[in-house]
Amino acid sequence: MTTAKAPAFTRQEENGKGAALKSRLQQLLAFASLIVIYTYFAFASEFFFTYDNFISILFSTVVIGTLAIGTTFVVITSGIDLSIGTGMALCAVMAGVFMVNAGLPLAVGVPLTILFGGLMGLINGFNIAVLGIPPFIATLAMMLVAEGLALVVSDSTPIYFNEVDGYTDLSTGRLIPGVDIPNAVLILVVVAIIAGVLLTKSVLGRYTYSIGSNEEATGLSGINVRRWKIAIYVFAGLFTGLAGVLISARLGSAQPATGMGYELQAIAAVVIGGTSLSGGKGSIIGTLIGALIISVLNNGLQIMSIPQEWQNVILGCVILVAVYTDQVRKELQ
Amino acid sequence: MTKALLEVEGVGKSFPGVRALHDMRLDLRPGEVLALVGENGAGKSTLMKLLSGIYVPDAGAFRLDGEPYAPTGPGHATQLGISIIHQEFNLVPDLTVAQNIFIGREPRRAGLLLDDRKLNADATALLDRLGLPLDPRAVVGRLTVANQQMVEIAKALSYEPRVLIMDEPTAALNDAEVDTLHDLIRRFVRPDTGVIYISHRMAEIKRIAHRVTVIRDGEYIDTLDVATAGTPEIISRMVGRAIATDATPEDVRPDREVLLDVRGLTTKALLTDVSFELRQGEILGFAGLMGAGRTEVARALVGADPVQQGTVTLRGKQVRIANPADAARLGIGYLSEDRKRYGLLLEQDVKANIALSALRDRFTQGGFVRDGALRATAEQLIGKLRIKTPSAHQTAKHLSGGNQQKVVIAKWLVKDCDVLIFDEPTRGIDVGAKEEIYQLLRELAAQGKSIIMISSELPEVLRLSHRVVVMSEGRVTRVLEADEATQESIMHYATLRPDEVPADAVELGLIAGAPTEAAGLPEKKAGQP
Repeated sequence: MTTAKAPAFTRQEENGKGAALKSRLQQLLAFASLIVIYTYFAFASEFFFTYDNFISILFSTVVIGTLAIGTTFVVITSGIDLSIGTGMALCAVMAGVFMVNAGLPLAVGVPLTILFGGLMGLINGFNIAVLGIPPFIATLAMMLVAEGLALVVSDSTPIYFNEVDGYTDLSTGRLIPGVDIPNAVLILVVVAIIAGVLLTKSVLGRYTYSIGSNEEATGLSGINVRRWKIAIYVFAGLFTGLAGVLISARLGSAQPATGMGYELQAIAAVVIGGTSLSGGKGSIIGTLIGALIISVLNNGLQIMSIPQEWQNVILGCVILVAVYTDQVRKELQ
Repeated sequence: MTKALLEVEGVGKSFPGVRALHDMRLDLRPGEVLALVGENGAGKSTLMKLLSGIYVPDAGAFRLDGEPYAPTGPGHATQLGISIIHQEFNLVPDLTVAQNIFIGREPRRAGLLLDDRKLNADATALLDRLGLPLDPRAVVGRLTVANQQMVEIAKALSYEPRVLIMDEPTAALNDAEVDTLHDLIRRFVRPDTGVIYISHRMAEIKRIAHRVTVIRDGEYIDTLDVATAGTPEIISRMVGRAIATDATPEDVRPDREVLLDVRGLTTKALLTDVSFELRQGEILGFAGLMGAGRTEVARALVGADPVQQGTVTLRGKQVRIANPADAARLGIGYLSEDRKRYGLLLEQDVKANIALSALRDRFTQGGFVRDGALRATAEQLIGKLRIKTPSAHQTAKHLSGGNQQKVVIAKWLVKDCDVLIFDEPTRGIDVGAKEEIYQLLRELAAQGKSIIMISSELPEVLRLSHRVVVMSEGRVTRVLEADEATQESIMHYATLRPDEVPADAVELGLIAGAPTEAAGLPEKKAGQP
């Protein structure tokens, strides 16, 4: 029997060994495109390839990257979260409410803001997992609610953090003496590592993949899918809260009307990074590369004085190319 | 000897790293039904894909009616006169029967507008000609599986093909439905047409086919005349060894303790007052026709579907099972008939699948996964259950049906379940692997696991079950001891219809003619006049 089965086994053997390599290949491909785009801009503009601009690119990756990391978990469950952009703006406003209006100290206000993001995730998770509202609709509704609330709570005016000691340092300060890397970038790196470890090594991460691979089979295997889905949306919400802190700390103010549009950039980063919208697949490193590609493009095109309208056209095309190559690669397997 | 209708000559097809077909031969004579048998992975589906033009052969040639046949795609193949019905349906569930049959070639008015009247008239004419009792306006998604199969066949035959190829057409049909299908095939086969009938079921092949071609590991093995060849002869050519087909349940004894006691289980959709006991270390068969409610009992029992009434007592203690997580905690595992949809994470590797249920009980510490322990356990089970996989890292979708089933079994063994509910444990699994699954079920029972086995294959029920629960229309109509259970006795109780036939209700001790909850909600019958 074993000898007779030999041909079929050869194929399986190759698939088995090749699987890990192929998922790496996807990240390598994204990374290679990042390098190509970066090199292109370096040659195209003399202002692009400088240390200051490099830091500026990293800086602008922070917000999209933070949002995208949380969204990666959601997308791997084959869900979506449209509320992260305006949710981030609402969290920024809430940071103002906690620390400026209520005068809470930094050490209390920041965690509260992050938890507020988690609360929005809890509501999303409840609507999706318990009420059975499709993620697209549930988070679309939350997107509108958050947009409106941000304006209502702030009375449509920015809240300034001038009085809050050390708040802007959270983002723009330099924690490591002598090393010119903004704290926001360090924070992104740290949370990315934490999220990466959780996704690959924790129960939460395993169930995230399981639910995305086959929600029904996961449920019938005795896993409380509802509860874990809620947990995943709460977890993603914490990143929305953190993004709200980082963006308001960087600007020194909470701008209630600026969140819209970030969600699409973050989802684009997730998708460019090779996370499948149909669920079950994805990685934090891929998402980070995706976020970097987006900010390199935004930055490079701006430096080359390409109008904003055309930047969006190009970004749209990049998303199509990225997802298409990913599909071709899968078909070739 | 008559000239062949369809010839396959020395066809070969390789993919990177695997030779799927080598020197394949086959000849279909006009006016005959040729059965094609082979284990999963033998090359049947590759051959089908070559015949439908999805793949191009590396070597050899096809001839249809003596002419070279080289389809460029499924549409072209149909034009040339070969229709193929795949095992998985190609139907649009939200469209009607008529719309599905004529999809892509709907009659039009003025070139633009759809002519629904003509569409339905054409469909009615076709269905009448085929003798199929289907309503052309019925929505396909609401039909029973058997009727959906009939729609597929009507669609294929509407092209008036010379050659009809059917892949496992009866996998989801009960005996009466199989007879209807066979009648249809007999009517289709005229002196200038032929059928290739791919099936695992020997009894059916005996009834419908004239000759049987056996393939194994991508190669042609033999062609036998069905009239003279015995089933063991065919099977031994398929698997390359002989298999016993008349085994009986092992270690039947009356003194087993009751482990699980289900009383009065009733659901809104179908089940009425379902009661049975499952005893320690026994295999309890569940027999019945399609739609009798066997799967529904399993799903209700593990909390996958809501229950209206009924109690479940496990080891003498009444338990409440609201969802599959509760069931898993109590050590009740459900192995669905549809492994790919309800059992496996196809894109994940074998070890992730094996560890899924017991992940938090056995393989975590402080919320983190202990990958070393997980891999060790997975490897141990791969050995114990003889799962054929190159490693624990293999993606589940690359395993054969039998090995996928073993992965699902392993998942519940790791969870340390005492009650295992197998729903069609050998559906879509080839003959050789079936024997292994049977052996495994017996071993598990001998180790003290209590097994509920739902099966539509009576021989399977008869050879394994210590006792048999027979169901019909959402009720348990009889529980048979092993020595009472025969094909005849099971079929008798499986076809009782107490809700419609007063005599049957009397036989079951129900009040004749009294309305019951299930009366208004029998199994789905849309599409039947």
